[in-house]
Amino acid sequence: MSSRPATAGPSPDVMGRPSVVRGTLPRRGPLAVYGIAAAIVVALGLATDVNLALLALAGAAVAGAVVYTWSRRVEGRRRAFDRLMTLGVTSAFLLAVTPLVSLVHTVVARGGARFDLEFFTDDARNVVGAGGGAMHAIIGTLVITGVATLFSVPIGVMAAVYMVEYGHGRLKKLLTFFVDVMTGIPSIVAGLFAYALFVIFFGPSVRLGVMGAVALSVLMIPIVVRSTEEVLKIVPNSLREASYALGVSKWRTIVKVVLPTALAGIVTGSMIAVSRIIGETAPLLITTGVFSSVNGNPFEGRMANLPVYIFNQYKYPGTPPDPYLDRAWAAALTLIVIVMVLFLAARLVYRRFGTEVR
Amino acid sequence: MSTASPPADPPPAAPLARKTVRRVGDRIFSGAAVGAGALILAVLAGVAIFLAIKAWPAFTASADEIPGDGGIVSYIAPLAFGTVLGSVIAIVIAVPLAVAVALYVTMFAPRKIANSISYLVDLLAAVPSVVYGLWGIAVLGPAAVGLHKWLAEYLGFIPLFEGPASVTGRTMLVVGVVLAVMILPIISAVAREVFSQTPRQQREAALALGATRWEMIRMTVLPFGKSAVIGGSMLGLGRALGETLAVSIILSASGIVTLNLISSGNPSTIAANIALQFPESSGLKINVLIASGLALFAITLVVNMAARAVISRSSRSSA
Repeated sequence: MSSRPATAGPSPDVMGRPSVVRGTLPRRGPLAVYGIAAAIVVALGLATDVNLALLALAGAAVAGAVVYTWSRRVEGRRRAFDRLMTLGVTSAFLLAVTPLVSLVHTVVARGGARFDLEFFTDDARNVVGAGGGAMHAIIGTLVITGVATLFSVPIGVMAAVYMVEYGHGRLKKLLTFFVDVMTGIPSIVAGLFAYALFVIFFGPSVRLGVMGAVALSVLMIPIVVRSTEEVLKIVPNSLREASYALGVSKWRTIVKVVLPTALAGIVTGSMIAVSRIIGETAPLLITTGVFSSVNGNPFEGRMANLPVYIFNQYKYPGTPPDPYLDRAWAAALTLIVIVMVLFLAARLVYRRFGTEVR
Repeated sequence: MSTASPPADPPPAAPLARKTVRRVGDRIFSGAAVGAGALILAVLAGVAIFLAIKAWPAFTASADEIPGDGGIVSYIAPLAFGTVLGSVIAIVIAVPLAVAVALYVTMFAPRKIANSISYLVDLLAAVPSVVYGLWGIAVLGPAAVGLHKWLAEYLGFIPLFEGPASVTGRTMLVVGVVLAVMILPIISAVAREVFSQTPRQQREAALALGATRWEMIRMTVLPFGKSAVIGGSMLGLGRALGETLAVSIILSASGIVTLNLISSGNPSTIAANIALQFPESSGLKINVLIASGLALFAITLVVNMAARAVISRSSRSSA
């Protein structure tokens, strides 16, 4: 900043302010520049058929250059660079959110075509071409996910209880580490594990809903453990001590005091875990097989489910392909709606019942 | 359970001596807790053991019984190459964006909307991968065809963009971008967590010394969060390595080994290959696929363990 002698000494100006205070841009100045640039981009995008992404990129670059030059003249190099980085970070953020917007828009627009009553009340038995539904797949998904939840939540919660209430020394450290590692198991590997496990007992052509549930549990348990561990940790120690002081045994303290206090958090964590695994496709692809009728029994026969249904409708469409693709998109919309409802409900549960934990 | 609860009144004669007596309920309950923990370790070990058992025939079989006639190693190698290639593209794209998102949420966004923004980013993580696959092949692929042509025409001298450009957009480049979108929330969640823990005094001291916001970030937030960002990136890498559906839907794979990202002939990935081949396989082919799954498991295990080690070291040093 040696080019600006004005910054060298704090000689007061007429108003009594030290002159080190540089001029600043008008408060809304840069914002106005960006707004104008955005308006021009949108206008050009509507008027011409140049790629909108390209226009947005050019617009951001030009607006950034304008603000940078302006700020550099008025505020100096450092402030100008700060403004440039602010723009950079903000546009990187917008860029990162664009796929989500595009994805939701696409799924809603294309899934709407077959998002009708027949889709939810009919299965795919003897369906060639248009018509048919995904009721069998929806039921299958609910059953498989339900069984996986029955496996995962008790194991996950008890393991978290161990880690927070009982654990000490090496086993606890080992467990923490391997639960973390377990979160990173590729879903297809979990599927292969379930396959390898069941094949040993039932022979190579076994395909069961419960196999899928076991595979999903491998993915779900670590998520439940981690979230439960977090909420158990924030249960105040004073509650435990009060209970011990009354002569209550440790296990009763956990069951009657610690777990109820953390209940909302545990429920929230479990729901988020369900929302994470309900869309897993890879493990189900190799464990549950393909089936076009309703099967509600996870212990017998092949079982359809939404993710695999989507995959098969899209990957192996008949001719003409459109009815198959429409069904795939409608199923994708169903899946996303389920995931989002679970996600929102989880938040709601925590907000409604979880305040006492804090 | 009620039978397990002990009589509430100990004999008054020896109240202190009872201190060490563990009640039945306690023993059962703590046993269950330990059992659950041990079960998790057993499952993890079981994954390795059962995969190894079912993969064993593929390792002992003679080379010409393996698809491709080259033995198990030359079967897995091109797939492993494709797996790593796609994941590296994803990491290169996702890490800078994820750091920017984390910075935006923790440092730039107005406090009021920061929460809903991070909620939005978390939602990205919850979208099922099969839906990402559909989106990739139906929206992103076609949209990227122009970019492919441009890259082939003007940057064709770089081996990565040698072309000829694919006309469907079912290329490694698009796969990399979709993978980047999928792992971005994971990386940014880790980064966000650490950035928000930057000591307030450090940040305020930097600002008080006249630093601009960016200088404050460069001097305090980024050094503080550096190793967590590295760890988070490796977690994302692990996820990208194992991603199956998006790849198997989007990629038009021909099994060749090439660095060319934009042509219609691409190396497949381990996970996508399993998903595509498994339903139609039987006998030794299944053992071969499980062997490739074991290789994938080993790769991701190493990456994840390294990531966790980096993260836990950084959080310990900051505590």
